[in-house]
Amino acid sequence: MSEQTLFLIEKSIIVLAVFGGVMLVVALTTLVERRVAGFIQDRYGPNRVGPFGILQPAADGLKNFLKEETMPAAAAQPYFWLGPVISLAPALVTFAVVPFAAPLPIGGRVVEMIVADVPIGILYILALSSLGVYGVVMGGWASNNKYSFLGGLRASAQMVSYEVALGLAIVVVLLMAGNVTLTEMVWQQQQLNFWFAFPISLAFILFVISAFAETNRTPFDMPEAESELVAGFHTEYSGMKYAMYPMGEYAHLVTSSALMATLFFGGWDIPFWTGDDAFRYGDMWISGFAADGTPIEASLAWWKTFLTFGAFAAKTYFFVIFYIWVRWTIPRFRYDQIMQLGWKIMLPVALAYVMVVAGTILALDQLGVGYGFTFGLVLTVVSAICTGLFLLVLDRGRNLSGAHSKAQKRFASERKALTADSGD
Amino acid sequence: MPPTVKVMRRPEGVRTSFLRATLKGMALTFKHMVNPNKITVQYPEERMEITPRWRGTHRMETHADGRPKCVACGLCPTVCPSNCIRLVGGEDDQGNRYPIVYEIDEFRCIFCGMCQEVCPVEAIHVGVHYENAEYTRDRFVYDLDRLMEQDHPTSLLWDPSDPKSE
Repeated sequence: MSEQTLFLIEKSIIVLAVFGGVMLVVALTTLVERRVAGFIQDRYGPNRVGPFGILQPAADGLKNFLKEETMPAAAAQPYFWLGPVISLAPALVTFAVVPFAAPLPIGGRVVEMIVADVPIGILYILALSSLGVYGVVMGGWASNNKYSFLGGLRASAQMVSYEVALGLAIVVVLLMAGNVTLTEMVWQQQQLNFWFAFPISLAFILFVISAFAETNRTPFDMPEAESELVAGFHTEYSGMKYAMYPMGEYAHLVTSSALMATLFFGGWDIPFWTGDDAFRYGDMWISGFAADGTPIEASLAWWKTFLTFGAFAAKTYFFVIFYIWVRWTIPRFRYDQIMQLGWKIMLPVALAYVMVVAGTILALDQLGVGYGFTFGLVLTVVSAICTGLFLLVLDRGRNLSGAHSKAQKRFASERKALTADSGD
Repeated sequence: MPPTVKVMRRPEGVRTSFLRATLKGMALTFKHMVNPNKITVQYPEERMEITPRWRGTHRMETHADGRPKCVACGLCPTVCPSNCIRLVGGEDDQGNRYPIVYEIDEFRCIFCGMCQEVCPVEAIHVGVHYENAEYTRDRFVYDLDRLMEQDHPTSLLWDPSDPKSE
């Protein structure tokens, strides 16, 4: 068989496996969400369909297929149909550039465990992940319902606000990695012996917050906001069209969790073990460089692929669980609080942090500190200080405060005015 | 005097740290998440214990020979506030009165238990039982045979150890 046929076969298998895998995880996550919500509320959640309720997603899917779909009379039909598709597809497509395991040696060939290692990695993700919100906006607008419309409006405003901070957080990662492909980012984290979550901790925090906003998860689920907007953008949707919105949401959830794991937690890297390091260097696979700069050949093995896939899955699912945990803990923000947090806190902090990290890296370069342990340690310390400052500022009760601390501030100024009037 | 708005001030408390409050909330939900003692009752397998004073589905007490204890005195249809008992009494050749028709519409019944209280021969009872789902509406009109077939415990109506229900 020619090289091309082999490539086609190998990629088709990977595409099918990734697509199927992601859809399976998405289905599973709908169940996990409900079960974790149950556990948090001292209930069991759905545990009747199959062992541990594992077939519940299948039952839900079947139910949604058989349900009657209503079409609002005043809806703009083509967009009404397009909305759910647009919200689901980008989340799945984004997964294409995420490497999910160490390369697999098979029959004298080395198969990369990634759908497409495109050279523009992160830019591709930035371009596509924000497309998902168009599905929400489109659905909200096409429904021709004031609540849906408001939901769509909020989604677009929120996306614009948090995309900025998300992009700036990624800029910091790019500063660290020096490249935009995700395979190289994993490689750099292996080389640094530091997961990026430590040397650029504040970027990680900003990324997590923005990712919450981007995926429209509580506490940022303004587009849905069932207590104010009925069900927000999907008020008018029913049946399978409705089901595609939650599916899209969970797909986004899984994808952004995978991104967090890849960008900040070393992707498929297994911590404290250099045996799994592998990177394509020219024509060979290397695990590092010797002191004199000659590349060391990587030892690839099928069991390493499986182990690293396990590491990647564990990291990703940790973040999925974290998302769910946060959702069932923290109530929804008020709309103005979201805008304040986005524009007055996240944006300036992210901007300043980019400058700080860039300055530190420049200084380290000038001092001749190579990419390695010291490099990571210095950045970790700098970032820890930045994170501490950030949390302090956030916690002064200025921005995320409720009416209580605002009232307190008002009373304090009133009291000052009163004492000034009384003439002492 | 012009109308005024009275402004209620919020109580001045200690300043809250939102970060700490969030972490505290997360810790709390985590504690509940891993807590194995769930409050859910897995219904068909396990059931909640109902009190002996529970007033549920009726049953008619029978004599040893299978006749209903009811003497068709007509007190229960009279006392019934929702008018759900239909009673047609008859008399046999020894002059004993017995119910020819005795029907209770469980849909109309409000389960006040007054039929049991008023019954002079302790024949009609409300029972400690609640699972009476049916597929058709007419199945909810219990006739005499069905009332006699019920085998769940009868309601105590009051707790002997606490007769005034204090």
